[in-house]
Amino acid sequence: MKKSKINSNTLLLIITIVLFVVMYGAGCAVYSNKGFTHLQTLLNIFITNAGLICVAAGMTCVMLTGGIDISVGSCVAMYCMFLAVGMQAKEDGGWGMSSPVLMLLVLIIGIVFGSVQGYLIAYLDIQPFIVSMAGLFFGRGMTAVISNQQVDIQEPLFKAISQLRIYMPFGIGAYVNKKGKLMVPYISVGVVVALLVVVVIYLMLKYTKFGRSIYAIGGNQQSATLMGLNVKKVKFMTYILSGFLTAIGGICFCLNTMNGNTQQAIGLEMDAISSAVIGGTLLTGGVGNVIGTLFGVMINGTISSLVKTNGKLDSSWPNVITAILLCFFILLQAVFAKMKEAKK
Amino acid sequence: MENNLVLSMRGISMTFPGVKALDNVDFNLKKGEIRALMGENGAGKSTLIKCLTGVNKFEAGEIHVDGIEGPIVNKDTMDAQKKGIATVYQEVNLCPNLSVAENLFIGREPMTKIGTVDRKTMNKKAAGLMKELELDIDVTQNLEEYSLALQQMIAIARAVDMKSKVLILDEPTSSLDDREVEMLFKMMINLKNQGVGIIFVTHFLEQVYAVCDGITVLRNGTLVGEYTVEELPRVKLVAAMMGKDFDDLASIKPESSGDLTHAPLEIEAKGLSHSGTIKPFDLNIHKGEVVGLTGLLGSGRSELARVIYGADKAQTGTIKVDGKEVKIHTPIDAMNVGMGLLPDDRKAEGIVGDLSVRENIILAMQAKLGIFKRIPMQKQIEIADKYIEMLSIKTASRETLIKQLSGGNQQKVILARWLATNPDFLILDEPTRGIDVGTKTEIQKLVIKLAGEGKSLIFISSEIEEMLRTCNRMAVLRDGEKVGELSAEEMSQEGVMKAIAGGGEAHE
Repeated sequence: MKKSKINSNTLLLIITIVLFVVMYGAGCAVYSNKGFTHLQTLLNIFITNAGLICVAAGMTCVMLTGGIDISVGSCVAMYCMFLAVGMQAKEDGGWGMSSPVLMLLVLIIGIVFGSVQGYLIAYLDIQPFIVSMAGLFFGRGMTAVISNQQVDIQEPLFKAISQLRIYMPFGIGAYVNKKGKLMVPYISVGVVVALLVVVVIYLMLKYTKFGRSIYAIGGNQQSATLMGLNVKKVKFMTYILSGFLTAIGGICFCLNTMNGNTQQAIGLEMDAISSAVIGGTLLTGGVGNVIGTLFGVMINGTISSLVKTNGKLDSSWPNVITAILLCFFILLQAVFAKMKEAKK
Repeated sequence: MENNLVLSMRGISMTFPGVKALDNVDFNLKKGEIRALMGENGAGKSTLIKCLTGVNKFEAGEIHVDGIEGPIVNKDTMDAQKKGIATVYQEVNLCPNLSVAENLFIGREPMTKIGTVDRKTMNKKAAGLMKELELDIDVTQNLEEYSLALQQMIAIARAVDMKSKVLILDEPTSSLDDREVEMLFKMMINLKNQGVGIIFVTHFLEQVYAVCDGITVLRNGTLVGEYTVEELPRVKLVAAMMGKDFDDLASIKPESSGDLTHAPLEIEAKGLSHSGTIKPFDLNIHKGEVVGLTGLLGSGRSELARVIYGADKAQTGTIKVDGKEVKIHTPIDAMNVGMGLLPDDRKAEGIVGDLSVRENIILAMQAKLGIFKRIPMQKQIEIADKYIEMLSIKTASRETLIKQLSGGNQQKVILARWLATNPDFLILDEPTRGIDVGTKTEIQKLVIKLAGEGKSLIFISSEIEEMLRTCNRMAVLRDGEKVGELSAEEMSQEGVMKAIAGGGEAHE
């Protein structure tokens, strides 16, 4: 038997990372005059996508079991609106609540939302697509029920958290801008949270019983049952996890946009799914990991950033490029699967 | 327990709606014994196994396992596993995307102090287990990196490490090649020497005699007998499985027209094969001849037919139709040279339940013409009526949905479908299975009539009498290989059974 040191799944991850590096490198080469080489440009991609990273991490776990959760985008919109209206002063039609209480409530709602979806999917055996589609309509609908206007957030504490800059230690990547001012690159609180989520989920997937059970179920649900795993419970827990991470993502997203409106985060679920797929997660489950997903998000972010930096291209171009990348990665996965089969 | 028994099942009975699946069946297994559980399809092998592993609930009887006080009833397979009864199925029930070590230990992984999976210890233990079983496997690799045979053995290793006393191997060899089967046998004997009792379910007679100590035969849900291998030579085993007392087999006079080997050739297959299902075979079929394919279930009867028809693409060999060499890659190619196939699983491969009788009849004709050439309605009606009358299909009208017809009549509709394409060569795979006696006779007569019109046929059936009545010649298959042919003179119940059983006395 021939044994390859690198299996095809690792190879997919490497391709994703290489693609990101090449893409970003090309951007640096072409747009060096527009400041693309500054570290801050890279960090801005993180800052813009902090919410998406959290949501996509949850989506990755769900997809690893072979499921899907398309409710996440409208849930994020719902949480943003909830936070915005909640913090609005009573005289302006809001609820006048403090931001820590609201954030805690959002996390609780996320868990409840996830457990309802998880119960329907895991214990009543309903298709995840249909269940989360109901979740999608609910979230989008509730957003408008809470308020159908754009509500900006003025609450001082939330604003302070939003504007808090965490500078790079030792002034890494510092540069002097055109006005002669020294700029030290920074990240936002959301980025710290998102990276923490990625690390925790990575370790959870790799080293805990729960994490390994997720992979086992995605690999072969029937086998997992026969090997004595509590498949239903693990699936249930996975959707709760996704709901919770979506709530965290919603808060991060809100910290970035500082408002709630009905058109927010439309299609975010698709961004999360495509990031996971580009990062090497199979829709059929069992293969993939959250590091890949992180790079998936970064690739999508880089594309948007490049198009924005160019300035002349239509803002719809990122979608087209993402589509091409998706096809490319799906094709790669299919080719690897065929190669595996041929080897037998 | 007495006599060193590790498992003893007494008087197990169970009914499925309308069918007595098991009737008062006993099964005994000794420590360190490999016992084959044999029987034709529907004999009750799987049902018995499922009763043992807790998948089915039996109504009467007792199960005793060595070391456990009193009779046991298993709630599910997990419960059975806890009591030391492990099952390894034909298809590998492991997770291909996890490492070998994880597959061995999932659900009972060694843990570190902080509650995470201790991969180091797990890998070490797994490697030790592999070494013990003399398997050269890197346990950190994903399971899917290994061949099916090795995966099968890893599944067994998992079962064994759960400290099983009884290991059930349910047709573990059906997708393995000879060398892999050897490896598996080595492992089985290794386990047997460690005192594990093994129940081996298989269709392959060779394998029974290669590795087993005892044989238990079931037929129609009842116990035929428990034997040692020495007591039960092949021919007697086949007789026991088929329910014929070997000594008083009455020979049945064939109704068919006897030897046709001087007629011109219709089909000339040379060295056709499909890896994993059928080894290279030669087969000639003359015009107007009915050739029967005989052998036990799983011996490659249907598989041989599928290769000729292009349902499984032949990987080697050539085929001549009417003296001309043709390439058959798909069933459409086969249809275009005048072949037809009536598949054995008519529900899955034959009928289209929501179409009418008429539509089902013209389906193959339409496929042959291509989808753009529509057959005029008037002609469709003509054809449908012709065959409904000819085969006396009992249907309310030609527009009745086929799913409302009885099994036998559905079978006739499918037969009509192929007759409508006017084939020169027709393969009938178990055309009489599950239909009543009257219709069976009609179909047998029709086969003989078609042959009389100069058509060539392959006829596959599990019922030897039926084959003797309709066939001019028989090809014998065993373990995925064509092992011989029986001419009209050699065809008798006794001769056929000897040939099926093989082992020296057959016509090799």
